[in-house]
Amino acid sequence: MSLTADDVKKIAHLARLGIDQQNIDNYTQDLSRMLDLMTQMNDLNTDDVAPMAHPLDQQQRLRPDEVTEPNQREKFQSIAPQVENGLYLVPKVID
Amino acid sequence: MEWEVVIGLEIHAQLATKSKIFSGASTAYGAQPNTQACAVDLGFPGVLPVLNQEAVRMAVKFGLAIDAEIAPYSVFARKNYFYPDLPKGYQISQFELPIVGPGHIDIEVDGNIKRIGVTRAHLEEDAGKSLHADFHGLTGIDLNRAGTPLLEIVSEPDMRSAKEAVAYMRKLHELVRYLEICDGNMQEGSFRCDANVSVRPKGQQELGTRTELKNINSFRFVERAINHEVERQIDVIENGGTIIQETRLYDADADETRPMRSKEEANDYRYFPDPDLLPVYIEDSLKEQVKSELPELPAAKKERFMSQFGLDQETAGILTSTRELAHFFELTVEASDNAVKLAANWISGDLLGALNKQSLDITESPIDPVRLGGLIKRISDNTISGKIAKQVFETMWHGQDSADDIIEAQGLKQITDSGAIEAIIDTIIANNPKQVEQYLGGKEKVFGFFVGQVMKETQGKASPAEVNKMLKQKLKK
Repeated sequence: MSLTADDVKKIAHLARLGIDQQNIDNYTQDLSRMLDLMTQMNDLNTDDVAPMAHPLDQQQRLRPDEVTEPNQREKFQSIAPQVENGLYLVPKVID
Repeated sequence: MEWEVVIGLEIHAQLATKSKIFSGASTAYGAQPNTQACAVDLGFPGVLPVLNQEAVRMAVKFGLAIDAEIAPYSVFARKNYFYPDLPKGYQISQFELPIVGPGHIDIEVDGNIKRIGVTRAHLEEDAGKSLHADFHGLTGIDLNRAGTPLLEIVSEPDMRSAKEAVAYMRKLHELVRYLEICDGNMQEGSFRCDANVSVRPKGQQELGTRTELKNINSFRFVERAINHEVERQIDVIENGGTIIQETRLYDADADETRPMRSKEEANDYRYFPDPDLLPVYIEDSLKEQVKSELPELPAAKKERFMSQFGLDQETAGILTSTRELAHFFELTVEASDNAVKLAANWISGDLLGALNKQSLDITESPIDPVRLGGLIKRISDNTISGKIAKQVFETMWHGQDSADDIIEAQGLKQITDSGAIEAIIDTIIANNPKQVEQYLGGKEKVFGFFVGQVMKETQGKASPAEVNKMLKQKLKK
């Protein structure tokens, strides 16, 4: 088992995922199995294989620098929980 | 104990594109809140980022200007953290394969040139803005800035004083504006600086623990913030304490740095390649094209101003500090029939002084190079004296007339008719026998009195050199 229950709790917290206490063991096992598979793959000799940053062997398409998006604030804000003076309001955050 | 200061800077330059790095929303500053935040910027489900080619081009331009390697293949990564001004829950940035590799910038401090290494520069998106003003205990979020392209320029820890850090920052600021990839407006946050600061006993190889200073957005504050942090760190160590690696905010009002309320595990960003974006390939042809479009860079321009115009280091430095000012100078030289020295003096002295007084930029100068050159032409051909020129300059500043029109209209032409001046001098000598006696008796100071009288009589229109010469002759007899 490559992960501990504490690792799982930490990862869940970093990703802001609420997980049930009772499922932690299951997650720990599942995630560990995935990592173990990675470890297994690590044993392969890949000296002659170029690493890929993306499963698609293509290059990024670029866009001309033009303003194409109109102002749709009203539409977007109609589904926001709370807005005022054009601002989205969220629970207070302090630096 | 003698301490050595070690500083590295991270500079965020907003790239001067029209649209955002991954969406077609406008990047114009100062719009009504959230009117320039589209579905991509807001992190709506199902949207996909598409990279702005101009942002890529500008990054390449910067890389070429600092002699850096341009990565033939670069990758975007997600930097994960939670903050309301970052709606997706991650910032698209670059981690392992940045677009610009190692390069360097030369700075000058106290007459010495020092090379500062640039570790890397990468493309990323800016976050929105949180407004902590009172919204019934809530925070207001404006996402217009979210998605604005940034070039983060990371230096090596090569600087050894706050002064060097400021010199480096100024150099970069000058460069990005020369390249026209960033407007450099620090008030609007287009050019921002974080500083990594540590101290170590002089001679020690190993680096001390560093703190990161955020929120220092003027040249003056960078110097002050770093100096304060250095003092604080030395104090802590000398009193037996240890430095904690942390982020500190500079408070300009209190003139001190203090720890930012640390976001729990804030540094665990869990970077991974962004599956929404494919790798970016930079072809040699693009590099060649950008290279051919590079403007003359500040250092080269300064060198040329010194060799071509014979300017001294300081004046050449002032006149090449922005591309616009250098251009203004060259146009003025042309319009003044190559009165280089006068043009340099008038621009670096009177013109910049007057602009400064009214907080105007060279591009907003009420006097254009053609009119200024016209004025300088009349000084250099002795039509008017330097003193009268200041008067003409003043009139030009407030109006549209050319120097020639003003000189003509106000009758300011220098009196070159030596007969006329001679007659005036004769009268003055005749009317002031007492002063003549004093002067001839050895009281040389009185000479100034005679010059003053002639100038008064001619309303400053006589050539001072001519007056001096004639007076000396006359008073000898």
